[in-house]
Amino acid sequence: MRDLSSGPGRTLVFVYGVFAVAATGRSAIQLGTEAGNAPVAYSLSLVAAVIYLVATTCLLLGGPRAWRVAVVACGVELVGVIAVGVLSYVDPALFPDKTVWSHFGQGYAFLPLVLPFLGLAWLRTTRPTRPATPPPTPPTPPTAHRAV
Amino acid sequence: MNDQITGAVYVLGGAAALWSLVLLVRDEVAQDRTFALLALTELVLLVQLVVGCVLLAGTDRDVAGVLFVSYLVGIALALPIGAFWSLAERSRSGTGVLVVAALTVIALEVRLVDIWSTTGTAGA
Repeated sequence: MRDLSSGPGRTLVFVYGVFAVAATGRSAIQLGTEAGNAPVAYSLSLVAAVIYLVATTCLLLGGPRAWRVAVVACGVELVGVIAVGVLSYVDPALFPDKTVWSHFGQGYAFLPLVLPFLGLAWLRTTRPTRPATPPPTPPTPPTAHRAV
Repeated sequence: MNDQITGAVYVLGGAAALWSLVLLVRDEVAQDRTFALLALTELVLLVQLVVGCVLLAGTDRDVAGVLFVSYLVGIALALPIGAFWSLAERSRSGTGVLVVAALTVIALEVRLVDIWSTTGTAGA
């Protein structure tokens, strides 16, 4: 298995790191200074921050377990950015202030929408090899959800 | 915000991003001259950190102070971390890290100027 943070993974880790810091900082400031204004949006900022932190950490750690957790994190990230993106257009009242994921990450050049795809693609090429079962690979491993 | 500093950050950051991008496309590894440009950019960012804090202390306007300073610090961290992370792997991906780091600086600078010119609670 390839190291998760070398090759293209090295660039990916840096991007995830930037988003981890950005989302963490944003949610910390939002929740710390004006938590009452937009509780839904700010809680989602915090969720996004945790997801980015988990993904960054897993890519840095490497190994089969980190790989599985990273798949879950990227999956949640993908569902999150799409769900929040749709919701922020359908019901703007839910999001009086912006989050990383609102409007599909418009405030961040739509990178939050692209990032989970890049992450999952990278994880696919680095999936841990199991010696006994030579893989014709399905897109998501059935064991992914047990890891959390 | 100081227009000269802001302008310098855009020009130097843009040049660094462009240069790294050319290296990335050509599949060449960044050499000393690229890192010298990054160092120069970083120097301006450090000056900006100091000047920004002084300006914030001196202004009567209601700038979101915590946010502003966090951006001043964050933008000054992007290049050093990116450079070291890139140097640990002298490959195309390492060059890619430099591109991302330089673009991050530009994006943060846009927000920084935005935060400075926005007063009241809307800045967060």
